Amino acid sequence: MSDETMNPMREQIQAAIEENPVILFMKGTPDQPMCGFSARTVAILQSVGQPFAAVNILPHPAIRQELSAISNWPTIPQLFVDGEFVGGCDIVTEMYQSGELQQALGLDAGPTEPAPEPQPAEPAPLSIENRL
Amino acid sequence: MSANGAAATPQELKERIEAGIPGATAEVTGDGHHFNAVVSAPAFAGLSRIAQHRLVYDVFGLEVGDRIHALSIQTKESTA
Repeated sequence: MSDETMNPMREQIQAAIEENPVILFMKGTPDQPMCGFSARTVAILQSVGQPFAAVNILPHPAIRQELSAISNWPTIPQLFVDGEFVGGCDIVTEMYQSGELQQALGLDAGPTEPAPEPQPAEPAPLSIENRL
Repeated sequence: MSANGAAATPQELKERIEAGIPGATAEVTGDGHHFNAVVSAPAFAGLSRIAQHRLVYDVFGLEVGDRIHALSIQTKESTA
């Protein structure tokens, strides 16, 4: 990285990752996910009974830019556990199915079930897409 | 809509993944915006899932999230 100077947004994101044992950066909110991948990841965390902090990246496109710079990961959602990047929707889904996710979260891995389908969200009234 | 003009196709993604990752074979489906790629490559051996997926995302750089709106990935190690 050529730019060594931290910027406030990146510091804030980094602090949020460090301060929250489980934090999900997503499009929309857990109650109202704005993207199927975010919805699925929320549904998985909820189904294993894991409380988590959530950050909606949609209102501030710069969050996504800085987050991706931190994680070196291009897509949303992004899950962090104990300050470590765990993965996006695909990896979280695979880990859930294999029981690794429950292990990483320190939960009892019950019998594995197919990934829960997110509740079909109503078509978003606004088609919000982050183009950054 | 994008600098690259034409919409992305599953065939294009397949060819670029296979060209970009030595020994890779890819099955790609998609509608021009949302894609799913199942990629096998010997290069995945010994890498974490995150690192495996990064290899695939790196083929497309900033196009992921833009021209390629969404790219789901499943990776498998294969023998060379």
